[in-house]
Parts: sequence; C-alpha cells; structure tokens
Amino acid sequence: MSAAMRIPLQPVEQLEREQRRRNSEVPELWTTLDRVMDPELPVISIWELGVLQNVELRGQTVVVTITPTYSGCPAMHTIAEDIQAALEQAGYPHREVITQLAPAWTSNWIGPAAQEKLRQYGIAPPQNADSGGVISCPHCGSEQVQAISEFGSTACKALYKCRDCAEPFDYFKSF
Amino acid sequence: MTMSTDNPVSQYAVRLADDALILGHRLSEWCSRGPFLEEDLALSNVALDYIGRARMFYGYAAELSGDDRSEDDFAFLRDCRDFGNLLIHELPRGDFAFTMARQYLVDVHSVAFMTDLQSSTDATLAAIAGKAVKESNYHLRRSRDWMLRLGGGTEESHRRLQHAVDELWGFTPEMFEMDELEKSLAGQGVAVDVSRLQPAWDTEVRATLAAANMSIPEEDWQVSGGRQGKHTEWLGHLLSDLQFMQRAYPGLEW
Repeated sequence: MSAAMRIPLQPVEQLEREQRRRNSEVPELWTTLDRVMDPELPVISIWELGVLQNVELRGQTVVVTITPTYSGCPAMHTIAEDIQAALEQAGYPHREVITQLAPAWTSNWIGPAAQEKLRQYGIAPPQNADSGGVISCPHCGSEQVQAISEFGSTACKALYKCRDCAEPFDYFKSF
Repeated sequence: MTMSTDNPVSQYAVRLADDALILGHRLSEWCSRGPFLEEDLALSNVALDYIGRARMFYGYAAELSGDDRSEDDFAFLRDCRDFGNLLIHELPRGDFAFTMARQYLVDVHSVAFMTDLQSSTDATLAAIAGKAVKESNYHLRRSRDWMLRLGGGTEESHRRLQHAVDELWGFTPEMFEMDELEKSLAGQGVAVDVSRLQPAWDTEVRATLAAANMSIPEEDWQVSGGRQGKHTEWLGHLLSDLQFMQRAYPGLEW
C-alpha cells in the first residue's frame, strides 16, 4: 500500500479530545488558543501538539486543561503563560490553567497535518517503527539517515544526519 | 529520620521525589563537563527528566500535606536526616563509566518499578508513573548501550567499568528492601512491592554484564539506610550545593 493511501489509526484519547472540541459550547475559545504555538516548535499549536486537552467556561472562568509532554519539559511554563496572555488579549480576565498528567501524552497525538508542518520546518516528524514508520531526511527525503544523539536541541528531539545530503536534522522522537 | 506526621502516601511520594531529585542533581553535574557535546546534552536532558519527576512527586506530597508547603519547601528546606532517597543515587558522579554503570543499574530497576506503579490504586502516583516509565525506557536503552560500548571497548574503558560495577554492587540490594511504611502501602496496592522485582533485575543485569565482558563482583557487603535518613557522607555535600541559595539567603524568591 502506498504512503498516500495509508489512513492512520487514531488513538482513543485523540478521538475523545477532538470530540470535546467539536461538541464544545465555547468553540471560539478553542479558536483563540489555536494562536498559542509551542515555544520551541513555532509552527505547531498546542492543540496540534496534543498538549491542549480541554477548554471550558465554568461560570465566568475559562478553565484550560493542558498535559505536559516530557516530565521535565521546561516549555510547559511558557505555554501556560502564553495561554493566559492569549485569553487576556481576547478579553477573558478570569482564567485558570490546569495541568493533567493522565492520560499520558504521546507523540501519536500529533496528526498528519501537523507532522507535515514539522517536516516543512526541517524537523523529521515522529515515526512509529511498529507500524512501519521510517525516518527520512526533511531536506532531501532520503531514508539513508544516521542517529547522532538520542537528545537534540530539546529533550523531545533526537539529532540525526542524512548520509545522502550530509545535512543534520532534528527528529521529533516517537514517545 | 525525623518522625513525619504526614500521611503515609505523602511520605512515600517524598521518598520517590528524593530519589529523583538527588539522581537528577548528580546527572546535572555533567552539564558542561561531558566527554563530548552530544553526551553532555544527553546527560543534561536525562537530568531534566528526573527533575521533572521530582517536581511531580513533591507537588503531590505538597498537595497531600494540607498545609502551605510547596514542592520547593520539600526540595530546599530539609537536611540529610530528612531525606529518604536510596544511597545509590547520592554517590558522586565519579568518572563517566561510574555514572553510566550506576545509571544502568538504576534504570533496569526504574523501568520495572514505574511499570508496576502504573497499577497503583492511587490515581496520581499511577499517572506520574505513566509518564516516568516512558522516559525510563528511553534512559535504559541509552545506559545499556553504554555498558556494552564501555565493557567491550578499550582496556581502559573495560577496567573503569569493572571498577564502577565493583563499587556499586553493594548498593543495589537496597533498591529491593521495604520498611514498614512501604510494606503497609504495598498491601493496600498503593506502593510497589519492590522485593518482587529483584529476580528479574538480577537476571537482566547479569545478562548485560556478561555481554559487556564484566564479572559479577565477589564482595559480599551491602549498605542501606537511605529510607531511614541514614546517608553516606556524600549527601551532605550535595545538599550544601543544591540548597546553597536558600541557606545563604533564607526565604529567597525570584
């Protein structure tokens, strides 16, 4: 089966997250938070990354639930602040950001569209080896790649090199 | 150890947090001192995973404490006798072989431990374990790889690694000991029964050591006491470094 025909199987938590957004009584709040991008990966939003779990209006207070990627991810603090700033700008003075640990974040929640954005930005998107995923160079597309280090510019990325075009690139780890 | 009046689950969370904080600190000591750049980054990132783990466990303990203690109070305002971490975590970083040998011995334990903790009847501990186990699997892949590379490398790397294993071996039994607190919590399904993890740990470690041409140390000594606040001399030095700012400027915030 060619890559163009592969339909990825969605994890249950991802389906539930999308349902929460689709059935939300405050769709405009979700849209507002689409402007909050990952501080280290400025091309994808916290929604696309799978960090944004829920947005609700409880009385006058906007309650945003996020989940951390890695335990020690230092960007989570910035993300929480950016959420506050985005809501402030949109005119919501009463806000609360809650961090939820379960279900545990997984890179499987990054959908195909977001994966393509990562690739365009120069980061190889996460590949699930079990489902036949192969890491390829985001610059030239070659699969002749070599892992240089398990940790790249951030904890969530590994450092790779392409043996064909000799360029280094970050790989967003499958986690 | 100063008798804690905190609830048992909180005490347990603090022990697990102490393990993570102390080992995280030791790993962070490699920052800017790594053997080469990629490894410097790797060790720093593993340290970061541990600090994150410590924050989650301390945060939970602070929540359970019911008073206004924060995660920082637990980390920075307690002295040696109050820390409940296992001794193996506080040993100095030593040379690179020592760090990776210690990391490997701990990682095999961590993966099994966190896998089990995911089934804890305490939802928060289970959630933290759910995140920790993924990272520990990653750490184990790295540390096992280094055991093989150093063991099967040069004469010097082999010698250093064997020396490290000989020094560390007596500190490993403590990872499988349980006191009354843990036995009680394990009985309630909250804590992990670490005594059951020992056989599988032993089998896996021996297989790796064999693959790395390492011999099992013949020494028959073992040390424990960490959970009771009885630590090696190293913890004092570590805490004086870690807690320096709070000790020099009590109440400092930024």
